[in-house]
Amino acid sequence: MNPDSIFNTLDISHYIYLSSVLFCIGLFGVLTRRNAIVLLMCIELMLNAVNLLFVAFSSYMGDAAGQLFVFFIMVVAAAEAAVGLAIIVMIYRNTRSTDVGLFDKLKG
Amino acid sequence: MLLSFLGLPPAFLILSFITILCALYVVTNNNPVYSVLALILTFFSISAHYVLLNAQFLAVVNLIVYAGAIMVLFLFVLMLLNLNKENEPMVKMGWYVGAAVSAGLLLVILAAALHRSSEQIMRNPADNIGLVKNLGKVLFTDYLVPFELSGILFLAAMVGAVLLGKRQTTNENSHSDSES
Repeated sequence: MNPDSIFNTLDISHYIYLSSVLFCIGLFGVLTRRNAIVLLMCIELMLNAVNLLFVAFSSYMGDAAGQLFVFFIMVVAAAEAAVGLAIIVMIYRNTRSTDVGLFDKLKG
Repeated sequence: MLLSFLGLPPAFLILSFITILCALYVVTNNNPVYSVLALILTFFSISAHYVLLNAQFLAVVNLIVYAGAIMVLFLFVLMLLNLNKENEPMVKMGWYVGAAVSAGLLLVILAAALHRSSEQIMRNPADNIGLVKNLGKVLFTDYLVPFELSGILFLAAMVGAVLLGKRQTTNENSHSDSES
């Protein structure tokens, strides 16, 4: 193992802090934005924070399972983005808006 | 050297700085197109983090799937819907304060709960763990059933997206059928 590699020069707690900051930025976006597409993007940001933490733990522990879970998270994120964007496009056709404040009219 | 303060490696510092800056730009910018572009930059820097962590295959997959496919999908939808800055919905100032307080509290709780976990994990880094040979071997032996299930999930999501995106021409109540 290279003595200058990141595993010898950096403690994993810094990756924990970085992932926590990214997750909280995504949460801030989910709470403050009203555009449904930007909300989906903030959720992608939170998912990526979790992915980064998975990869960090997997690499530090030498266990490949963590990186495979990242694959499955990517699968779920892709499916979620496709279905979510289809729903948003359908709602936009009916209401001419993507404001989530106007989405409370589920009366048919 | 300026970049080596706190004793951290400069590559990690620069990448983390870019990541957090782009993520903040995503959530604070009012123009959704700029948000998408900043999110793509965020994903690029996260891929660089993966390379730093010896997860080379995941770095490439992250670029292709996230920055390549998902964000292009977002960009296409944004351009199709013709959203501009004037009708971007905004919230009141109190929402920003409340969201900042709750996100900051969550950050404090997460950092306090996790900052001792580095002493508890078993440190055993290996050089070849992120390569496609090793990952494929684990994926197709130990995780074969979740792999097949994720294929079924993709199929269901594809059918659902096509069904939702199709125009309903038989519905009399839909008033958007007249325009093509």
